Amino acid sequence: MAIKFNPSPSLPPPVNSVGAVAWVRHNLLSSPLNIFLTLFSFYVLYLLIPPVVEWGLINATFEGESKAACTAGGACWAFIGVYFEQFMYGLYPADETWRIDLALILLVVLIAMFAIKAVNKLFLSIGIIAVYPVIAYFLFAGGVFGLEIVETSLWGGLFLTTLLGVVGIVASFPLGVLLALGRQSSMPIAKSVCIVFIETIRAVPLITILFMASVMIPLFLPDGMNFNKLMRVLIGITLFSAAYMAEVIRGGLQAIPKGQYEAADAMGLTYWQSMVLVILPQALKLVIPGIVNTFIGLFKDTTLVYIVGMFDLLGRIQAATHDSSWLGTTIEGYAFAGFIYWAACFGMSRYSMRIERKLETGHKRN
Amino acid sequence: MSDNTTSSNKSLLNDAGTRAIIFQVVLLAVVVFVSYYLFSNLQANLANQGISTGFEFLNQPAGFPVLIHLIEYTEADTYGRAFIVALINTIVISLMGIILATVIGVVMGLARLSNNWLVARLATVYVETLRNIPLLLQMFFWYFAVLATLPIPKNSIIFGDFFLNKRGIYSPNPLFQEGFGFVIAGFVISIIASIALIVWAKRRQTITGLWFPAYWASLGLIVVITFLALAISGFPIEFDLPQKSRFNVTGGMVLPPEFVAVLVALSTYTGAFIAEIVRAGILSVNWGQTEAARSLGLKDSLTQRLIVLPQALRVIIPPLTSQFLNLAKNSSLGAAIAYPELVAVVMGTTLNQTGQAIENIGLCMLVYGTLSLTISIFMNWYNKKMSLTER
Repeated sequence: MAIKFNPSPSLPPPVNSVGAVAWVRHNLLSSPLNIFLTLFSFYVLYLLIPPVVEWGLINATFEGESKAACTAGGACWAFIGVYFEQFMYGLYPADETWRIDLALILLVVLIAMFAIKAVNKLFLSIGIIAVYPVIAYFLFAGGVFGLEIVETSLWGGLFLTTLLGVVGIVASFPLGVLLALGRQSSMPIAKSVCIVFIETIRAVPLITILFMASVMIPLFLPDGMNFNKLMRVLIGITLFSAAYMAEVIRGGLQAIPKGQYEAADAMGLTYWQSMVLVILPQALKLVIPGIVNTFIGLFKDTTLVYIVGMFDLLGRIQAATHDSSWLGTTIEGYAFAGFIYWAACFGMSRYSMRIERKLETGHKRN
Repeated sequence: MSDNTTSSNKSLLNDAGTRAIIFQVVLLAVVVFVSYYLFSNLQANLANQGISTGFEFLNQPAGFPVLIHLIEYTEADTYGRAFIVALINTIVISLMGIILATVIGVVMGLARLSNNWLVARLATVYVETLRNIPLLLQMFFWYFAVLATLPIPKNSIIFGDFFLNKRGIYSPNPLFQEGFGFVIAGFVISIIASIALIVWAKRRQTITGLWFPAYWASLGLIVVITFLALAISGFPIEFDLPQKSRFNVTGGMVLPPEFVAVLVALSTYTGAFIAEIVRAGILSVNWGQTEAARSLGLKDSLTQRLIVLPQALRVIIPPLTSQFLNLAKNSSLGAAIAYPELVAVVMGTTLNQTGQAIENIGLCMLVYGTLSLTISIFMNWYNKKMSLTER
């Protein structure tokens, strides 16, 4: 009779090699230095978190009409509540802010339509790039269909920040592509013009460009011809980010193997055909993270327009903290602005990582 | 390229070379024409508005104060001198910012790679927070929300001989007495000696394989010789301590709040970017390198210093250079909180007073261009020194 072999059930692993205990031992307490670092980190957290929570939530005041209402000793969020409209729209007339909202909703709807299969993507893109800006401009500025005219000097707050960022990046993109192609081309004059432009812009801070836009452009134009300040600043920002964009795109162009260029030539494509149909689609895909990074940088840099006297989100907050009935609310204002900028930039960088993974078609060597 | 097979295509316009020439001639013509057009407008406008041209204004008295000046400066001095003062302020804040940002960046980058979960998380939070908030906002935060809310001089916060109040940080100011030259001489000699020691140790190691702790020895050498020189010359150094009078703090060395705010904001912000560069650089070194070093029997510290770091540096240096350039350019944001650097003095006050926009903005761009060029030349030299020598 065969003996039936009954293995006894395997023992559970030792307590200190699995589960929470092992994790703590391995990640927090593995050596004396590690123990010290853990304690130090807890101390830093202890220094930071309780006071911030106490100030921002427990002792905070959320409603009130002036600083006098904030008596709890914590943050005075009522300040943000009272000024919220101004932070969002600047001095745009309160009865007209629906126009900004409408333009935003329209944009969101148009972009959302990319998800619908039945819609022609080409027409949609043309609509967004060519038609939408015109509609948005007339919505913002007014003057047609009985819309009240709103001077650009009244535009401000997060609206202005977004406008500067989006127009800057959209307008700088084609310019950046041209500059990058010019820098890569074999024509000596075209090449040197592009190099001089790119390197000059990249060598100086944005502030000097903005000063140039606000002070110097009027001097270079003939008498009687002038743009308003917003337009001049937009030109400055566009030229500035075009130089950075060109360098990012050049990186993509250089990463395309020579065989692709040769193959396009062998097919008998002209220069522009081979660029538009073969090289650029591949190159741009490679540099999407770089483009998003440029955009994030530009979005943060739009705060500098405050220095040349325009009131974007940060400018409006800075102005509001000087209101005599809200003195001493600077930290609340900066925390609010910081949160908005942080959320926007962090969101964008995460989104670009996702796109990068999605578009990954296995050209990378690993 | 131009060897078209069918004769109908063989017109001159279809020849790539000819087209390139035509295109470039047109481009050049456009550039020249636009420049000429803008320049003639400029001259007409300047004449209309009665703005003088040229750099003579640099010799005229400025008549405005510059709050932070490292060289003698009074309101009676010229615009030229004000420019030099501002230039020094820009260079000082850029250099100090670069050093501090590198230290912060390296520490935070290593912390993000730490085995300690908590430390790595804290460093991540630091990097992700500071990177994603505009620098100008951070500068405002430090200046208006932190330093401006410090107590008035009467109620200064005191740490030993350091005072902290609305007007800045007061610290003891070293005053060098007669005979300090002797100490400096001692210091220089000790540095030369330690360089010689390091060279000798390296040469001996390549020949005999014997190892000598040259870095520790030279550190000791510098400390001992300098201290001896100090002792022999009878400690020729005195400290001007800040004194608290009834309403004010006098004496000592003052770091004005504008300077502190710009420096802190610049170095913590750029530090966050450098942290990511350092982390990426270290991660880029193949793990096999570390394993190989361990199998050769190298200690962990030597593995890092001799194997990982030199390879990581090659990846780190180019992006680090552009961060340094960014920092130097971003120092111009100090203008927003009245730190008297180049933009504030030249493009702010001088431009307002003289109205000579072209010269002043041009001057600023020239200086930033030169500064950027200097930094990139230095970093390119360092990069070349560190790069892989292929045989």
